[in-house]
Amino acid sequence: MDLLTLQQYWWFLVSVIGALFVFMTFVQGGQTLLYTLGKTEDERDLLINSLGRKWELTFTMLVMFGGALFAAFPLFYAVSFGGAYYVWMAILFCFIIQAVAYEYRKKPDNLYGEKFYEKLLYINGSLGIFLIGVALGTLFSGGNFIVNDSHLSHWTLQSYGLEALLNPFNVAFGLMLVFLSRLQGALYFLNNIAEQSIVARIKKVVTVNFAMFLVLFLFVLGAVLFMDGLVYDPATGVVSVKSMKFLHSFLDMPFLLLLLLVGVVSLLWGVFIGIKKTAQKAIWFSGFGTIVTVTILMLILGWDNSVYYPSLVDIQSSLTIQNSSGSHYTLTVMSVVSLLVPVVATYIFFVWRSMDKTQMTIDEVKSDPHHY
Amino acid sequence: MEHTDMLIDWSRAQFALTALYHWLFVPLTLGLTFIVAIMETIYVKTGDEKWKTTTKYWMGLLAINFAIGLATGIIMEFEFGTNWSNYSWIVGDIFGAPLAIEGLMAFFMESTFFAVMFFGWDKVSKKMHLISTWLVAIGSNLSALWILVANGWMQHPVGMHFNPDTARNEMQNFWEVFLNPNAVSKFLHTVSSGYVMASLFVLGVSAWYLLKKRDIQFARRSIIVASSFGLITSMYLITTGDESAHQVALNQPMKLAAMEGLYDGEKRAGIVAFGVLDTAKQIGDDLDPFVVSVEIPGALSFLGYHDLNAFVPGIDDLVKGNEKHGIMSIAQKMQKGKIAVNALGAYKNYKKSGDIINASKALKTFEANEKYMGYGYLQKPQDAVPNVALSFYSFHTMVGLGTWFLVLFLISLYFSMINEMHNKKWLLYLALFTIPLGYVAQEAGWIVAEAGRQPWAIQDLLPVGMAASNVASTSVMITFWLFAVLFTGLLIAEVKIMLKQIKIGPEEH
Repeated sequence: MDLLTLQQYWWFLVSVIGALFVFMTFVQGGQTLLYTLGKTEDERDLLINSLGRKWELTFTMLVMFGGALFAAFPLFYAVSFGGAYYVWMAILFCFIIQAVAYEYRKKPDNLYGEKFYEKLLYINGSLGIFLIGVALGTLFSGGNFIVNDSHLSHWTLQSYGLEALLNPFNVAFGLMLVFLSRLQGALYFLNNIAEQSIVARIKKVVTVNFAMFLVLFLFVLGAVLFMDGLVYDPATGVVSVKSMKFLHSFLDMPFLLLLLLVGVVSLLWGVFIGIKKTAQKAIWFSGFGTIVTVTILMLILGWDNSVYYPSLVDIQSSLTIQNSSGSHYTLTVMSVVSLLVPVVATYIFFVWRSMDKTQMTIDEVKSDPHHY
Repeated sequence: MEHTDMLIDWSRAQFALTALYHWLFVPLTLGLTFIVAIMETIYVKTGDEKWKTTTKYWMGLLAINFAIGLATGIIMEFEFGTNWSNYSWIVGDIFGAPLAIEGLMAFFMESTFFAVMFFGWDKVSKKMHLISTWLVAIGSNLSALWILVANGWMQHPVGMHFNPDTARNEMQNFWEVFLNPNAVSKFLHTVSSGYVMASLFVLGVSAWYLLKKRDIQFARRSIIVASSFGLITSMYLITTGDESAHQVALNQPMKLAAMEGLYDGEKRAGIVAFGVLDTAKQIGDDLDPFVVSVEIPGALSFLGYHDLNAFVPGIDDLVKGNEKHGIMSIAQKMQKGKIAVNALGAYKNYKKSGDIINASKALKTFEANEKYMGYGYLQKPQDAVPNVALSFYSFHTMVGLGTWFLVLFLISLYFSMINEMHNKKWLLYLALFTIPLGYVAQEAGWIVAEAGRQPWAIQDLLPVGMAASNVASTSVMITFWLFAVLFTGLLIAEVKIMLKQIKIGPEEH
C-alpha cells in the first residue's frame, strides 16, 4: 500500500478508537449520576457495581487511543502532549484517581472514607471528560505550538494548554461530551439494572441531559461546518486558510455526510425509545450513533487534505496526517497488527454477553463478597 | 534544541518517581496472577472447595494491588509525550509500535477477563472461569513482554536507520526489534523477578498466619505453592540475570563497569562480593575505588563474557580509550559526533537552498560519523559515565537479595514438606521480614537498568538532555510534587487496606 493510503487507514483507526472511547465514557457519565439515581446506599452500591464491570475497558480504550497515536502519528504525540502539558496532565490525574476508587471505596480501613472515593469518581466523570472534550476541541480550534525544521516542537505560551479554556468552542465541546456521557450512562443503567426504583428515575435524567447535549451539539456542529479551516497542498505541504473548509469536505465526501446523518438519527432514536419506552436496548442505538458520529467528525479532520491540528502561531507548523505520521514501514507493520482488532472485539463481545445475561439487582451485589 | 539542566533533572526525577511507584505494584501482579491461576487449577482438578477459598482470598489481595498498579501505570505511557516529546519524535517510529501492540494484545485481555475472574464465579462455567484467570495471567505477562521490548530497545537499539530528511530514527526490521537479545533477556529476567516477588509475598503473609496460629491449613497450602513456585522461579531468575549481565557486557560496557565499580579494566576481572566505594575516587586518578572489598576473582569476566580470561574494560579505559583493546576514547567519539551533527545541519541547509551537490557531500560526511551522533551532544567526556555509586550499590543489593530468596525458598519448602514449618518460628519471622526485601530488590533492579544507562535515553544514540520536552522546568516541578503527594497518599491507603484484608483473613471470604 502506498504511504497516503496507510496514513488514511491509520487516521481511520485512530478515529474509531477515539469514538469507541467516547462511547465507553458512559462509565464516567454514570459515575456523576451516583447520587442523582441512587438514593440509598444499596442503590449506589448497585450503580457502582454495574459500572465496575466495565470501567477498566474505558480506561484501556484511553490507553489504546494514546498508543495508537504514538505509533501512527508520533509528531502529534510529541507536539500536543509535550506542549499542552497542563491539560494532558490534568486529564491523566483525573484517570489515575479513578483506577483506585472502585476497588478501595468499600474496603474497610481505606483511610479516606467511602465519600472520598465517590468524589474521585465524580471528578473523573465530570472534570476528566470535560478536559478531554476541550482537548479534542483543540483539534479543530488549534494550539499555540511551533514545529522546527528537525520536527522538534515547543509551546509558545507559559499556560501550556490551559489557554484552550478561554475559547468558547473548546468549552462547548467539553461540556457536550460531559452531557453525552451522562446521557449514555443513564441509558446504560437502563440496560444493565433491574431495580425499578432506579429505572423510574432514569427517564428524567435522560431528558435533561439530552436537552443540554442537543443545544451544545448543534452549536459545535454549526461552528465546525462554518468555521475557517486549514487545508494543505499535498504536493508541497504548504498550508493555507479555506473558509468553511469542513463543509466543503462534507460536500466532497457525501458518504461521510450520509453516515453523519445515520449516526445522529440513531442517537436520537436511542434517546427517544429510552424516554418513551424505557427500552433496554436504547443504549445500543445511542451508542452506535455516538460511535458513528464521532468517527465521522474525526475523519473530516484528517482526510481530504485537512489540517487536523492547526497551529495558532505558525500556520505552517500545523499537523496533517501526511506530515506527522510514522514511516511507511512502521505503518505497514502496525496495519498487520491491526488485523487483531476483530479478534479482540469478538472476545469482548462474548464476554460481555455472558456477563450481562441477566440484569443486575441489589440482591446480587449483596450476595457477592467480592463486590465493589 | 538544548534544554536547561534544571528541566532535565526535574523531568528525570518525575519519570523515576512515577516508574518506581509503578514498579512497586507490577511484579506482584505478574506473579500473583500465575499463583492464583495455579491454585484455581488445583481447585478445578480436585473439586476441593478449600482451594477455591484459597484462590479467592489471594485474588482479593491481587485486586487491591492491581488497582493501584493501573493508577500508576497510565501515566507511564503518556509521559513519553508530555515529558519526553523530542524523544517521541526522534525514536517514536520504533518505540510507539510496541506500546500500541501492548495495548491491543495485552491490556484488553487483562481488563476483559479481569471482570470475569472477579465477578464471573456464578455467571460463567467453572472451566470458562479458569480460562479467564489464566488469560489475566497471560495478559499481564504479555504486557510486560511488549514494554520490555520497548525498554530493551532503549538499552540496545537495533532494527532501524536514521532518516536525515525527517531527522528521526525509523524502523527497518520489526523482527530485529522484537527479538532483540537484550529485550528477550530483560523480559525473562523481569517477569521471573515478578514470580519471585509474588512467592515471597504469599510465603510471608502465610507465615504471619502461622505465627498467629490461625488459618493454619490455608497457610500451609499457600506455603507449599509459594515455596515451590518461588524455588523454581528464583533459579530461573538467577539464570536470566546471568544472561542479562552478558547482554550488558556486550552492548553497554560502561554500565557494567559502573555496576562493578571497575575503573581499570583487566583480564580475569573479579566481582566484588562486598565492597564500600571510596567517595574521593575520580576518573583517571590512582586511588583504589574501594575502601574495603572482598572479591571473587575471574567472576566478572565469566559473567560478562562467559570466559574467565576475557578482558573487561573499566571506566577509565572507556573514557580515555584503550588502543590495545581497540576502545575509542569518549573525546574522540564526541569529536566525530559533532562532525555528524554539523554535517546534518549543513545537509539540511544545502537541501533547502537547492544545492544538491553540496547536500550529498554533507550527507556523506554525516553518514561516515553517524554512529557517534549521540556523543556530539555531550558536553564533556565524563558525562558519558553514569552514577557509579548508585549503579554499584543497587546492583549488589539486587544480587545479594536474589541469592537470599533462593535460600529462603529452599529452606521453606524443605520444612513444609516434612510438615515442620509451623514449628520453626525463626523461619516464619524470616519469611515475613523478607517481603519488604523483595520490594527493595525490585526497585534496585530498575535503578541498575535505568540509572546505569545514563546519560543515554537511547544507548549511544540520544542523551537524555536532548530527549526532554521543551517546557518550563517549573511546570515539571509542579507535576512532580503533585505525583509525589498523590501516589504517596494512594500508597498509604493501599497498604492500610491490604493489611486489613490480611487481618480479616480467608475465612471471611
